Amino acid sequence: MFLSLITAFLAAFAAPWVHRFLPRSSGGLLAVIPTALFCYFASNITSIAGGETLFTTYPWLPSLGVTLSFYLDGLSLLFSLLILGTGALIVIFSSGYLRGHGELGRFYAFMLLFMSSMLGLVLAGNIITLFIFWELTSLSSYLLIGFEHTREAARKAALQALLVTGAGGLALLAGFLLLGHVAGSLEITELLNRGDVIRTHGLYLPILLLVLAGAFTKSAQFPFHFWLPSAMEAPTPVSAYLHSATMVKAGVYLLARFSPVLGGTDAWHYLLTSCGAATMLIGVIMAVTQTDLKRLLAYTTISSLGTLVLLLGLGTSQAAEAAIVYLIVHALYKGALFLVTGAVDHATGTRDIRELRGLLWLMPAVAVAATLAALSMAGLPPMLGYLGKELLYEAKLQAPQAAAIITGAGLLTNIIMVTAAGIFVLTPFFNKAPTQSQNFHPPPPSLWLSPLLLAVLGLIMGLYPTAVDTLLVIPAVAAMRTESTVIELPVWHGLNPVLILSLVTYGAGAALYAGRKRLYLFANAVRRPASWGPSRWYDLAIAGTARLAYLQTRFLQSGYLRYYLMTVLGTAFLLLFFTLYTKSGFHWDTGGPDALFHEWLIAVMVLAAALFASLSLSRLSTVAALGVVGYGLALIYIFFGAPDLAMTQFCVETLSIILFVLVLYRLPRFSLLSGRPARIRDALIAIGNGGVMTALVLTATSEPVKTRISSYFAENALTQAHGRNVVNVILVDFRALDTLGEITVLAVASLGVFALLRARAKKDR
Amino acid sequence: MIRSLILSTATRILLPLLLLYSVFLLLRGHNEPGGGFVGGLVAATGFALYALAYGVSATRHKMHVDPRVLVAWGLLIAIGSGCVSLFVGQPFMTGLWVGDRLPIVGSLGTPLLFDTGVYLTVAGMALLIIFSLMEE
Repeated sequence: MFLSLITAFLAAFAAPWVHRFLPRSSGGLLAVIPTALFCYFASNITSIAGGETLFTTYPWLPSLGVTLSFYLDGLSLLFSLLILGTGALIVIFSSGYLRGHGELGRFYAFMLLFMSSMLGLVLAGNIITLFIFWELTSLSSYLLIGFEHTREAARKAALQALLVTGAGGLALLAGFLLLGHVAGSLEITELLNRGDVIRTHGLYLPILLLVLAGAFTKSAQFPFHFWLPSAMEAPTPVSAYLHSATMVKAGVYLLARFSPVLGGTDAWHYLLTSCGAATMLIGVIMAVTQTDLKRLLAYTTISSLGTLVLLLGLGTSQAAEAAIVYLIVHALYKGALFLVTGAVDHATGTRDIRELRGLLWLMPAVAVAATLAALSMAGLPPMLGYLGKELLYEAKLQAPQAAAIITGAGLLTNIIMVTAAGIFVLTPFFNKAPTQSQNFHPPPPSLWLSPLLLAVLGLIMGLYPTAVDTLLVIPAVAAMRTESTVIELPVWHGLNPVLILSLVTYGAGAALYAGRKRLYLFANAVRRPASWGPSRWYDLAIAGTARLAYLQTRFLQSGYLRYYLMTVLGTAFLLLFFTLYTKSGFHWDTGGPDALFHEWLIAVMVLAAALFASLSLSRLSTVAALGVVGYGLALIYIFFGAPDLAMTQFCVETLSIILFVLVLYRLPRFSLLSGRPARIRDALIAIGNGGVMTALVLTATSEPVKTRISSYFAENALTQAHGRNVVNVILVDFRALDTLGEITVLAVASLGVFALLRARAKKDR
Repeated sequence: MIRSLILSTATRILLPLLLLYSVFLLLRGHNEPGGGFVGGLVAATGFALYALAYGVSATRHKMHVDPRVLVAWGLLIAIGSGCVSLFVGQPFMTGLWVGDRLPIVGSLGTPLLFDTGVYLTVAGMALLIIFSLMEE
């Protein structure tokens, strides 16, 4: 499993080169990798269906309990097959859709990178590993949505998707860490056994909320759904892949994977069913009022995701079964419909429902794919979608609580879903007058093959439900349920509530389709109130953040050196004063200093020079006075046995004077511009800092030296570090890491000076 | 650039002396007062003096190497000297020694290499700032 993952990632990184050297056949070549991996995983179907699980693990960060472990059971196998199967078809489709695009190689790389991340996500057997792949899917989807980066709308949509899913990702990480803390393990196999401990723990609710935040943002649940329609700015193959079969299903996968651990409680039940139901209804109502085919699909996707979350929230085995079947149904038909949209867009140059007519006669193969997929979406026999819908109704009717409300919401959703399927396929494809578009060109096989395969697969699976049931559905459901259940896909129930609901769905859906003109009027009427939805909240939050950053920068970055100095010195004063006051208090050696005459002389000289420097009205004499202070200190170092320090001090003083002269040379004549209050303020700051430093030094020297660190250095310098100069041994051996940090700071500072002066020189020129 | 015959003549003699002295300081630093930091400063002083006498472009020509490159190499050597110990299974920055009691230097080891990195970084840093200011 690990090897297959590495293969997928390598394919992603090799893709640009493959495309550069073999531009004509790169799509087909690259599709080989997902196909081969699909076959590898498909070869495991029978053993997994027999109840086996595959598990491999490699140590990664053993001290933190993080492993690279991978876990293949029915659930991850089903997702792997969906990811790899659709992945291969999408790569082939892209080779036709983006033929001749200058950055196709990069597109393949992003696409395969996303596929690999998604595969890693569903295979991960450790929650930290899972989280890393989770974030990788967010990052690679950012690259994919913003693939046409010259358009502002694409960049904005990519950033929106990244911020929303990224914020959810952070919540998920926090949830996972809490989960690991409560359960005492980060391994999913361990967590699955400790559901009872976790559910009764006091931190259960925070964990649940955080994990749900991650899952809901990723799977576009209300109120985080708005990023998904925006993400339709992506090239259509990306939408088909990310936004139908894979990325948005990551949240569903997470919920399904953790339903034995976190599920079954009231909080789980209410949160998932209410959010799921709201998303389900809002999505489908928004969908039928769209005129862009892609946005229509995006909103129906949101609705389907809501249905899946709702089913997972119900927690019965019927609901789990319905969720898995509906997941397969949705991946097949929605992927096909997205690809159909891409083919139509590619061939006619538009995706607007009001402009498309009679496509059946122009592109029959695409029309067949669209019709089959739409039949599955509407839930008509003999498609797999029919079974999916039957199971949905059965699960909702048998819901443990509020079955009537849930069934009613489901009925409404399915009715509108039928209408949406009709809107998608009937008018554009079957209306008589052919599209009179000058730039129409028939789609090449790569554009109709993939959607047709997906749609036909939906038909075949609908014809052989038993095989689907035993090979894919039962193993996946088994992974979500702790107790084993025997389930069968229904085909013919006789006259029962489910059949009546189905018939009502078809009839009402057809009626609603006939009256669709009124839908558009309705859409226009609610456009204004609807614009105050979560999408607006997002915009306000982003604008608010930018505004806050602007204000804060204006406040902190005044651009005046005096204010920067004041901030730095004031902060230093407060911190020093606070620490000194709270930790030790001020005290000093009461015995007078026993200094020698020449030491007194130096002290007086330094003090006089410092006083002169602060009072002088000439810059040059100030610099000279500061030099006197510096050399005086160096003399003190010499007298008290620190020749290294003295030497360095002399050099620094000399170089500083050179630097000062170079700077002063360019400054205008000195003049007093600040008024009396400003000068008093500056004097207070200076006296405060000087005073607190003096107090600190006096206090520090009056304390008896308790630590033996200096004697340790002196004793061990020669024996352990082969040096007699203790100062230097400390610098380059005992405390070399500090020195490394210091010289790094020096290097960065000098580059900063260089860049500042260079930037100014450029501006002047 | 200051046109002064005394300064330019003296600088010609002083520059090699200062550079030699800076290397001397670097090498003896482990046992006697000195070290990479002060050595680098002395070397920078030498070239700064040269730049005052002959101008920056002449100094750059004389140096053969850009101060930025010195800074980069200095950091690289300092970090690299810390990494040597990783190859023998010791923690980062463990001092390793070869040879014994050479004159002036004492034992050769990774700390000396580290000090050389400090020397180059400090010299490059000071010269980078001085040259930038002089060229403006």
